[in-house]
Amino acid sequence: MARAVSSRRKAINTAVAWAIGLLIFFPILWTILTSFKTEAQAIADPPIFLGFDWTLENYRIVQERSNYMRFLWNSVIIAGFSTILGVIIAVPAAWSMAFVPSRRTKDILLWMLSTKMLPAVGVLYPIYLICIELGVLDNRVALVVIIMLINLPIIVWMLYTYFREIPGEILEAARMDGASLRNEILYVLTPMAVPGIASTVLLNFILAWNEAFWTLNLTAVNAAPLTAFIASYSSPEGLFFAKLSAASTMAIAPILILGWFSQKQLVRGLTFGAVK
Amino acid sequence: MATQHSRSAARLMMAPAVFVLLVWMLVPLGMTLWFSFRQYLPLRGGDLGFAGWDNYVRFVTSSSFWPSIYSTLIIVGGVLVITIFFGILLAMLLDQPMFGQGIVRILVIAPFFVMPTVSALVWKNMFMDPTNGLLAHLWRFFGADPVVWLSDVPLFSIVLIVSWQWLPFATLILLTAIQSLDSDQLEAAEMDGAPHLKRFWYIILPHLSRAITIVLLIQTIFLLSIFAEIFVTTGGAFGTRTLTYLIFQRVLESQNIGLGSAGGVYAIILANIVAIFLMRIVGKNLDT
Repeated sequence: MARAVSSRRKAINTAVAWAIGLLIFFPILWTILTSFKTEAQAIADPPIFLGFDWTLENYRIVQERSNYMRFLWNSVIIAGFSTILGVIIAVPAAWSMAFVPSRRTKDILLWMLSTKMLPAVGVLYPIYLICIELGVLDNRVALVVIIMLINLPIIVWMLYTYFREIPGEILEAARMDGASLRNEILYVLTPMAVPGIASTVLLNFILAWNEAFWTLNLTAVNAAPLTAFIASYSSPEGLFFAKLSAASTMAIAPILILGWFSQKQLVRGLTFGAVK
Repeated sequence: MATQHSRSAARLMMAPAVFVLLVWMLVPLGMTLWFSFRQYLPLRGGDLGFAGWDNYVRFVTSSSFWPSIYSTLIIVGGVLVITIFFGILLAMLLDQPMFGQGIVRILVIAPFFVMPTVSALVWKNMFMDPTNGLLAHLWRFFGADPVVWLSDVPLFSIVLIVSWQWLPFATLILLTAIQSLDSDQLEAAEMDGAPHLKRFWYIILPHLSRAITIVLLIQTIFLLSIFAEIFVTTGGAFGTRTLTYLIFQRVLESQNIGLGSAGGVYAIILANIVAIFLMRIVGKNLDT
């Protein structure tokens, strides 16, 4: 039963929550607004909030100067393929662990999780060296593989928790009716698994997009994604606030939108099913 | 139940994932261990032979070791305290009835989706810049001298930036936990006249304890390895060199692979100590 709440209390809640929400969101909002200002307006004191001449100039300059599209393309490729590859490897594994569990299933799951806990910096040089030896430093394929491996434990876990929610009785029934393993997967399981797989893809795409250890350390020019593109603004270009803002807005906008769809998956994906 | 046939099929389906993760874990880990016992300087003579425990001893006795532990503890501890404290308050607020709840939630969660290099640079330049940053404007407005954030209070500044990134995560998980609280229990307490503080202390907080532990452990593991936020703000200067950053500098900047690898082994051990506790909770949850 819903608790009765006075409308005065609700109004106070609303005001406080909105104030805090806007405060937390403010840096993002400010970045977006600044990206439409001129450089002079961007550093004006007192700051201008909305009463400036909106311009798209910064976006044009950033695109021209830094070949933004190449970085964007690298981000899309690295995040996209690492996620797809990860899901292709993880679906069979998660399926078998969820539906044909053995004594070792739990140990395997926990072991997979433990590989995620390995601090990246502890294996920085070996990976760096392997990339040099194989001639794949600053190479997109190498990053696809590495980021896939980083996220694979999360992908397996998320899929496992989703698959476990699919009632086993339905599979039993399909088997009774004489469905082959192939048909069982194709016609019974897949339709029920699609939402879980979609959520997994979404969250892991975001994680891959924002990954900023390997992308910064293993790329230079050719394979550099947006994380490295923004880091190159560290100085002195970073002092041109309007351009920095335009570049930042372009780097985060796609993910902010995807992120808003994946709030729920975030909890499941990053707590490994421990909080539901 | 599962037949012999489906069991072997299951094993086959698990094989690729297990295999790639096994390789991913064992090969680099083995190499790090190997290098940590070598005197290995690629730019100054290459592999100069067996070093025994030398690298391990030198890593912890170097003058930058304890400062790096100090900054790591301040950053990880500071962010944990801030995100969990405000996360609880924010989660309880968001659980209350209000107008536009969905939109407020989105506003609060948004920072989590901003890539680390963007949030670090936006904070560094547009907010913390001592001349043109927004905080400098604000300070001048009140007649105060602007703070040179990243060199005067560097650790605090980094804690602030990282807390902003991780507060959404803590809030979201704690909110999920609060929403599973049985409202009958709270109502009963309210009827019995238990004051707000008591209700929070005796009902809400115990209910949240598991979620808080999970937030604590997961964040610790991620925070121990923050990198980009330091890379683009201070580059490890002004006493912001964490253990992770120190190892990074030893390995890639000064190319002392043996020393850096020994540091890497320390970092792996440290992370594993935290991970053991997390795994225990997660593992228990699997049984139910």
